Amino acid sequence: MSKEKEGLSVDAFEYAAPQNLQDAVALLAEASDEARPLAGGTDLITQMKENRHSPALVVDVKKIPELNVLSYEAGLHIGAAVSCTQIAEFEPVRVHYPALAEACALIGSYQIQNRATLGGNFCNAAPSADAVPPAVSYGATLVIAGPGGRREIPSEDFFVGPGQTVLEKGEVLVEIVLPPPPPHSGAAYLRFIPREEMDIAVAGVGSFVQLSPDTRTCEQARIVLAAVAPTPVRAKEAEAFLAGQSLDDTTIAQAGELASQAASPISDVRGSAAYRIELVKVLTRRTLGKALERAKGEAS
Amino acid sequence: MAEYSVIGTSLAKVDAPERVTGKATYGADLDLPGMLWAKLVRSPHAHARIKHIDTSRAKALPGVKAVITAHDLPSLPKGATAPLVGEVSIDMSAIREIVMASDKVRYHGQVVAAVAATDPFIAEEAAGLVDVDYEPLPVVEDVLQAMQPDAPLVHEDLHTLEEATQERSDQPSNVSTHMVYTRGDVEAGFTVADAVVEKTYTTQMVHQGYLEPQACAARVEPNGRVTLWTSAQGHFTVRTQLVTLLGLPASQLKVVPMEIGGGFGGKALALFEPTAIVLAQKTSRPVKLVVSREEVLRATGPGAPAVITVKAGATKDGKITALTTTMRYDAGAFPGSPVARGLLVGLAPYKLDNMVAEGFDVLTNKPRVQAYRAPGGTPAAFAVEALMDALADEIGVDPLTFRQKNAAEEGDTLPLGMPLNRIGLTEMLKQIETHPCWTTPLEGPHRGRGLALGYWIGGSFTSSAEVKINPDATASIFVGTVDLTGTRTTISQMVADELQLDPQDITITVGDTDSAPFADLSGGSRITYTMSAAAHQASQDVLTQLKERAAEKLKVSVDEVEYQAKRFRAKNDTRNEVSLSELARESVAWGSGPIIGKGSTTRMQPAHAYAAHVADVEIDPETGKVTILRYTCFQDVGKAINPTQVEGQIQGGAVQGIGWALNEEYIFDNGELKNASLLDYRCPVALDLPMIETVLTEVPASEGPYGLRGVGEVPIVPPGAALANAIYRATGTRLYELPMNPERIFWATRGNGTNGSPGTNGSGGA
Repeated sequence: MSKEKEGLSVDAFEYAAPQNLQDAVALLAEASDEARPLAGGTDLITQMKENRHSPALVVDVKKIPELNVLSYEAGLHIGAAVSCTQIAEFEPVRVHYPALAEACALIGSYQIQNRATLGGNFCNAAPSADAVPPAVSYGATLVIAGPGGRREIPSEDFFVGPGQTVLEKGEVLVEIVLPPPPPHSGAAYLRFIPREEMDIAVAGVGSFVQLSPDTRTCEQARIVLAAVAPTPVRAKEAEAFLAGQSLDDTTIAQAGELASQAASPISDVRGSAAYRIELVKVLTRRTLGKALERAKGEAS
Repeated sequence: MAEYSVIGTSLAKVDAPERVTGKATYGADLDLPGMLWAKLVRSPHAHARIKHIDTSRAKALPGVKAVITAHDLPSLPKGATAPLVGEVSIDMSAIREIVMASDKVRYHGQVVAAVAATDPFIAEEAAGLVDVDYEPLPVVEDVLQAMQPDAPLVHEDLHTLEEATQERSDQPSNVSTHMVYTRGDVEAGFTVADAVVEKTYTTQMVHQGYLEPQACAARVEPNGRVTLWTSAQGHFTVRTQLVTLLGLPASQLKVVPMEIGGGFGGKALALFEPTAIVLAQKTSRPVKLVVSREEVLRATGPGAPAVITVKAGATKDGKITALTTTMRYDAGAFPGSPVARGLLVGLAPYKLDNMVAEGFDVLTNKPRVQAYRAPGGTPAAFAVEALMDALADEIGVDPLTFRQKNAAEEGDTLPLGMPLNRIGLTEMLKQIETHPCWTTPLEGPHRGRGLALGYWIGGSFTSSAEVKINPDATASIFVGTVDLTGTRTTISQMVADELQLDPQDITITVGDTDSAPFADLSGGSRITYTMSAAAHQASQDVLTQLKERAAEKLKVSVDEVEYQAKRFRAKNDTRNEVSLSELARESVAWGSGPIIGKGSTTRMQPAHAYAAHVADVEIDPETGKVTILRYTCFQDVGKAINPTQVEGQIQGGAVQGIGWALNEEYIFDNGELKNASLLDYRCPVALDLPMIETVLTEVPASEGPYGLRGVGEVPIVPPGAALANAIYRATGTRLYELPMNPERIFWATRGNGTNGSPGTNGSGGA
């Protein structure tokens, strides 16, 4: 039996819980072996038990004030250590970013949501991360701090591959910033799982639409696919197709077809590649429909 | 029948307070002074010759106290057996190989060595330092491929046993046993049929899903005796197996039953206990062995899959004229699939004048299957009940009427030969006719309703009870049967009524093998059934002894003493009485002597259990996902001793069957399990299920003081076909393979996929 799958003990590691961002960056930058930040730990601890990561240093970022920010002023600011439960229950998120609230409320169980963070959902970089597609579809920007100072990047540019991000040694994700939702816009996220809960997406789609002031045509759309490529991906052809279109069953169905072309899934124990392609079409249609309702103010 | 005040009520479980407060002690809770931790070393190959095992690096690790391989287990003659229950024996030389492989590994995860160390982390590290040199061999994974003449042999020296002649085949084979049961003339039967339907059905390997991983601990006492603590379904059964496996006399073994976190048949065999004992003997220290969830899923022994062909014919008026079936059950790496039970369960609901029932026990490079709730029954009923639905459809008779026209009755002969005693199948089917779950129209698109029957032969075997009267006029019950399902509570209810005591005044203890009266393991839906006779007998024994003492005091003959409301009275002079309290008090005084009643039973007749499930489903046509809208379980329970517990058993069984039907499956790649976690091995969660309604029929069993039947197993039998038949009515597509997960339904309803033809493109979760 392969060593990496046995799950009892973790290798010994150093633990630090810095009180400020500078110290966290310094600890991570100066570590000689693998060092990893710890927020909720729902991914990292499991991976350490499974020996998929054996960091010599674990830097707990939960005590850093900037990573615990949750505010809605000139957009939504979510510190990288804020739990999914806090996000899902934050009134401005429920009102202005319902797709994000819904995604945060379906990850794992209540216990997991109390620990897991949106920052961790990004940094773990699982293709199936549920909270990432809605955040990206809302046009999120990521604020990163590192030894060389701060930088900001569009959230969709954050991912390199499964479990891999653009974070350099010593860099920490500080916060996720979502712009204020424009008028006549709406978003939705749906994932498909064989059960009703406690599962990982076979496929997921987050859709965002912004309508013209008369709500007759789509000015802009963002469609983000989960679990069907090495990273969360935008279905840019589908987005381009929708711009300027009126959204009806026909155009929405065409968008679904186009979105599925952006998917490059694998076959695994959760589903075949062919089935995942079909699911992307269905979920794209359904999320666009829901986003459209929300944009027209017809749904909460 | 007598009136009861406690029997028939939903008394709270007597063990509930300790369970819900976390005080119940399970095997993994044991913490013995000086205890070592064991860790098993498992094969990374599904089929390989073991060329060499080097334990030197593991032994050199500080904290490691012993490393053992199969050479450290006592050798065992090939074919050595030990009794399991009744006339059923188990091949202990096979069990020894499952405990620890000697020359060859036959499934991925088979144990090849074990270490004992001062803490679990050292033990785990040491397990990784045991160097095993394997020569990989070709793997045979599929039951149909395993039956081919050119298939890789799981056992080079295994020859097919022809059950009827008891002769062995000339050529070695992966078919360990072939059996055929015939009746009447099937050719003639098919000739007179107006419609004949034949289909082949496939089910996958599934896990019992018990929450508690196996755990045990062993200690060698100063006098050389061995004490073993284990969470098993039968501690006497474990002892019996250890006697053969380890060559220890029964008197040298004390097996202490711990609370058990579910078994469902998967904790009947001594697969871990021998290792703990040998390590304890080697180190002279107590050794605890607890397996991980991954080990549980990978290699402890799941439920058997099968490929089943059924052909049946019927006349236009709805009578079955002939039936043939071929059931091929996958035993995993060692013989012993429940194929005979499959033949029995599948066909038992029907009158069959013309029948051929053929079974194959087939070996593959997969973990050796263990019993799983109504072993063999779920695949068989999936096949037969789905085919019956199709046949009823073909001749235009509604599925309930079709069942009623062909339902087995008392006096009919079961497919394997036994005559049926009193059963309640007809009465149960009658209840469905008028029940809202059947009569309420199911409206809306993509919705369908399905019906399927189930059967289980209740086990009997040996059970015993002792009942003692305490000085304060209360009673203590002592049994040797492990409580899997609430049997401490139901036994207490029976004794309470027999002795006319308040249930609060009764305690019940499951004792160890040194102290408790002998009992076979808990399984086969047999405990409440057989214990009803044993506890009744023990209670009557107590009453007889008390009446004798009362007669002496009242100066009347024993026949003239009656017992009522805790008082013994002379029948013809009710003022002439003595209280139970007084007799109880005196029983511990000098010169009187304690009151100890004994009861035991063996070889009771089977109390056959029949069930029918009605399922309403809705299918998402775009994803293939099933939502169960309504689910109703009908069951002849004989007599519900504790209705809440009976309903809980039925609901639990139905949920496991639903899991088997919709999402649970072992997914293998060259013999390696790819979904060995509860994330990707998808048991149903609460949100996947509607309220499971239960409707109890009470047709008393032929034997036993209360007419009850075992209830635990039959509810897992019907769900596969009940849901398949419902899905057919919702989609117009019949599915021939479990699980009917969203992807499989998605492709099947589009006319492609694996439906009925294993191995083609688009497999669910391939």
